[in-house]
Amino acid sequence: MTDPILQIAGLNAYYKDFQALYSLEMHLMQGEVLAIIGANGAGKTTLMRAISGLMANGADQVRYRGQPIGALRADQVAMLGIAVVPEGRQLFPSLSVEENLLIGGRMGRKGPWSLNSVFDLFPILKECRAVPSTSLSGGQQQMVAIGRALMSNPDLILFDEISLGLAPVIIKSIYDALPVIVSEGMSAMIVEQDISKALSVSDRAYCLQEGRVSLESTSADVSRAAISQAYFGIA
Amino acid sequence: MDWVNAIVQGTLLGGLYALFAAGLSLIFGVMRLVNIAHGDLIVLAAYLGLTVVMATGLHPLLALVFVVPTMATIGYILQRGILNFTLGDDLLPPLLVTFGLSVIIQNGLLEMYSADPQKMNAGALETASFAMGSLSLGVLPVLTFAIAVVVIAGLQWMFYHTAIGRAFRAVSDNQDIAQLMGLNKRHIFGLAMALALGVTAIAGILLGIRTSFDPSVGGGRLIFGFEAVIIGGLGNLWGTLAGGVILGVAQTIGAKIDPGWQILAGHIAFLIVLAVRPQGLFPRVSG
Ligand SMILES: Nc1ncnc2c1ncn2[C@@H]1O[C@H](COP(=O)(O)OP(=O)(O)OP(=O)(O)O)[C@@H](O)[C@H]1O
Ligand SMILES: [Mg+2]
Repeated sequence: MTDPILQIAGLNAYYKDFQALYSLEMHLMQGEVLAIIGANGAGKTTLMRAISGLMANGADQVRYRGQPIGALRADQVAMLGIAVVPEGRQLFPSLSVEENLLIGGRMGRKGPWSLNSVFDLFPILKECRAVPSTSLSGGQQQMVAIGRALMSNPDLILFDEISLGLAPVIIKSIYDALPVIVSEGMSAMIVEQDISKALSVSDRAYCLQEGRVSLESTSADVSRAAISQAYFGIA
Repeated sequence: MDWVNAIVQGTLLGGLYALFAAGLSLIFGVMRLVNIAHGDLIVLAAYLGLTVVMATGLHPLLALVFVVPTMATIGYILQRGILNFTLGDDLLPPLLVTFGLSVIIQNGLLEMYSADPQKMNAGALETASFAMGSLSLGVLPVLTFAIAVVVIAGLQWMFYHTAIGRAFRAVSDNQDIAQLMGLNKRHIFGLAMALALGVTAIAGILLGIRTSFDPSVGGGRLIFGFEAVIIGGLGNLWGTLAGGVILGVAQTIGAKIDPGWQILAGHIAFLIVLAVRPQGLFPRVSG
C-alpha cells in the first residue's frame, strides 16, 4: 500500500455545455476498496465513464499506475486491467449468459478468474449458462455483469450501483461475494446509494455533491452528521 | 410445368439476390449503416473480376481468389478511413456519404471502362445444363444458389459460433459496453465492412458471369438487395435468403405473365410484404 493505483487530478467532465465534474481530486491505493457516495445526479456514473475512457479527458487527469490514461479510448483502458460493472447491468441481449462471460474474458489477461471460477462464485449462472441473458432475473443479471467484469482479470474494478432495484436477499448474496473478489488483491471502487452498506464494505469513502468532492474520509470513522452535510450541503 | 419451371428458376435467381443482400444486411446489423453505394460496390467487384480475367486469362470464378481479398481490403480501408466518421446518433451523414460514394464509383468506372456493356466469359459453364425430371436446370444458376446457401450458412456459423461473431453481436447490441470489453469498435466495424465486401465480391463476379453489366446498373442491384433484406426481416441471414427467393420467384412469375412485368412483380411482392408484415417475414428474435 504505497503508490496509488489510480490518481485523479483536476478532472473535469462535460455533457456538451453542461459541466458534470469540477476539478476532482481523488486517489485509490493498491488493494483498497473505495466507496463513492452522493445524491442522484451528483456525478458518480460520470466519474466511472471518465475513468473507463467512455468520456475523453485530458491525459493527465486520470493516472493508472503512474501512467496517464485520461485520453485513452475505453478499449485501451480495459486492456490495462480496469473493468466496469455498469449501472443498470447492461448485458448484451443477443448473447447468452455464457457468451456474456466469455466476451468479458476475450482479452486473455492472466489471473484467477475463468468461466469455472465465476460459476463457483455464482453457481446459479452455471445452470442457466445457455439461456439469453435477458431472460434472467435482475439479481442473476447483476451476477452476470459482475462475472463479465471479473473474467478480464482486472486489477481495478468499478462497481456502479450493483444493488439498485434488487431484493435485499439478493443484495446480501452479492455483497457476500465481494470479499472473495477483492481478496485476490484487486482494487475496487464502489458506487452505492445505500450509505451504510457502502461504508461497511469499504476502506475509504468520497462523497460527491454536484460534481465536486464534498467529503473524503476513512469509512470506519466518518460521522453521520458529516455525511448528511456532504450529501445535501446543509449544515 | 411452365409454372413449376418459373418457380424453380426464380428460386435459383433468389440465390443471387440473397448474395446482393447479405452484405447489406450484415453491415446494417452490426453498425446500423445503410450503404447506398452497395450496388455500385457489387458492380465495382464485377469490373475488378473483368480486369483480372483479361489480365491473367483466369476463369472468372478463379478470379475470386483476387477479387475477394481486394474488395475486403477496400472495405476495411473505406470503413476506417471514411465511414466510421459518419456514424453517430444521426442516420443522415452515412446516407449522404455513401450516396456520394455511389456517384464517385459510377463515374470512376465510366472513366476507366466506358459505358459499354461488359460481360465475363465463363465458357461452357454458362450454357451447361442438366435435366431434373422434365425440368432443365442451368449449372450456373444452381451453382449460384449453392454458393449463396454456403455463404449464408458460413456467415450464420461465424456470427453464432466464433469469437469475432460474438464481438459483432456485442458491438451491435451496445457499442459503449462492448468497448469496455476491450473491443475497438472502429476496428470491428472495419472487419464487418471487409466481410460484407468480401461477400459483395462473390455477388459481383456471379452477376458479371450471368448478365452483361455497365457502370450504371448498381442502383438496381441495391434495390433488389434492399428488398430481399426487408422481405426476409432485418438481422436474420436465413430470412435474407428467403427474401431473395421470394423476390426471385415473384420476378420470374411476373415475367411469365408478361415479360415486361418482371421487375414490377418483384416490387409488388416487396410492397405486399411491407404492408402486411413491416418487420419482414422472419425478423430477428431478440430479447
Ligand atoms: N448523457 C447525458 N447528457 C447530459 N447530461 C447528463 C448525461 N448523463 C448525465 N448527465 C447529467 O450529469 C450529472 C451527473 O450525472 P451522473 O449520471 O453522473 O450522476 P449519478 O451520480 O451517477 O446519479 P445516479 O445516482 O442517479 O446514478 C447529472 O446532472 C445528469 O443530469
Ligand atoms: Mg449513476
